[in-house]
Amino acid sequence: MSATNKGDWPLYEVFVRGKRGLNHVHVGSLRAADDEMALRHARDLYTRRKEGVSIWAVRSDTIAASAPDEKDPFFAPSGDKVYRHPTFYDIPDDVPHM
Amino acid sequence: MDITDHPAPAPGTPPGPYDPEAAFEDTIARDQRIEPRDWMPDAYRATLVRQIAQHAHSEIIGMQPEGEWITKAPSLRRKAILFAKVQDEAGHGLYLYSAAETLGADRADLTRRLIDGRQKYSSIFNYPTRTFADVGVIGWFVDGAAICNQVPLCRTSYGPYGRAMVRVCKEESFHQRQGYELLLTMMRGTDEQRAMVQDAVDRWWWPSLMMFGPPDADSPNSARSMAWRIKRHSNDQLRQRFVDMTVPQAEKLGVTLPDPELRWNGERGHHDFGTPDWEELKRVVSGDGPCNAERIARRRAAHEEGAWVREAAASYAAEQAVRTRDGVTA
Repeated sequence: MSATNKGDWPLYEVFVRGKRGLNHVHVGSLRAADDEMALRHARDLYTRRKEGVSIWAVRSDTIAASAPDEKDPFFAPSGDKVYRHPTFYDIPDDVPHM
Repeated sequence: MDITDHPAPAPGTPPGPYDPEAAFEDTIARDQRIEPRDWMPDAYRATLVRQIAQHAHSEIIGMQPEGEWITKAPSLRRKAILFAKVQDEAGHGLYLYSAAETLGADRADLTRRLIDGRQKYSSIFNYPTRTFADVGVIGWFVDGAAICNQVPLCRTSYGPYGRAMVRVCKEESFHQRQGYELLLTMMRGTDEQRAMVQDAVDRWWWPSLMMFGPPDADSPNSARSMAWRIKRHSNDQLRQRFVDMTVPQAEKLGVTLPDPELRWNGERGHHDFGTPDWEELKRVVSGDGPCNAERIARRRAAHEEGAWVREAAASYAAEQAVRTRDGVTA
């Protein structure tokens, strides 16, 4: 949906790193006029109780995403490669540390 | 984004033609979540947009009854608490608008629908806050009822709505506790303060029971929402849960709930209680409550008086973008 009014702000997706050692995780979106405002609004909206130590704000219209309705063909290459999983390999139970 | 929401197909699954409707039904049946870009029936999308928008509007309008008391709170401690609570309500509204936007709704458009009276918000916020005890009772009853409604919504079938509810519920507990603590403090005060608490309880009890919506027999969309697992419990089930949870809290506080029919029913294992005035609920929902006009007028004024700020920020951002592109330092 495009902005319909001159005062309407673009949509940003917000990612928060909960604490050091963790990935940034998507937490939601917000509206902001520019990047700096997006970060400030993200701080006020998503980290009022110390939920984060770092924030990414990304314009929603710049995100490339896979389409769910091509789920099967798109993810098929990983479906038939069972040998990528450790459980594919038969190892006798008495082999230690494996 | 949450990659666990997108399990890889089981090894050996034949590709087959993709049937979006079957995939939707299957996802619901397996109690998995529907995500924004999944196919979904138009009515599922419309129901969710209506419910989430109405929920968001309730949080935003809900800032008003208590916001009035920020400047009149009796101590700096109560003022700071009330500030934080009202700020949380704004945050809850924004989490929910954010969830509605994942369904293709536009936040600015939803705000216009609210101030034009085309979308509703919870009937409870159309009642006035007459005394400071009302602030406590709102926290105890209204936020308590909201918790009853919202905890099951954390597992609603639409992913972004459920995730917004998880955030909201984490914060809602503070809201309920601060209200109850405020009332406990007043009950330890003077006779006049105790009378204020009882008066607020008398005025807010029935409207709070109405927050769960009409009785199941008069709630035509409930069955479909439950089949889609948007809702997990019926209006009457949630209302019962609220009554059962509130009665012992009222005893502890030392107030009387204004319902002569309220009593424990050992056979059912629940409290029996009287019937709310459903005609009153209809009147308040259709716009004829004590504060409907005032609430919308205030929201409209805030929106219109803020227009120049939104426009100035947008044109500043546009200008900065041009400067950056042309290599001019600000």
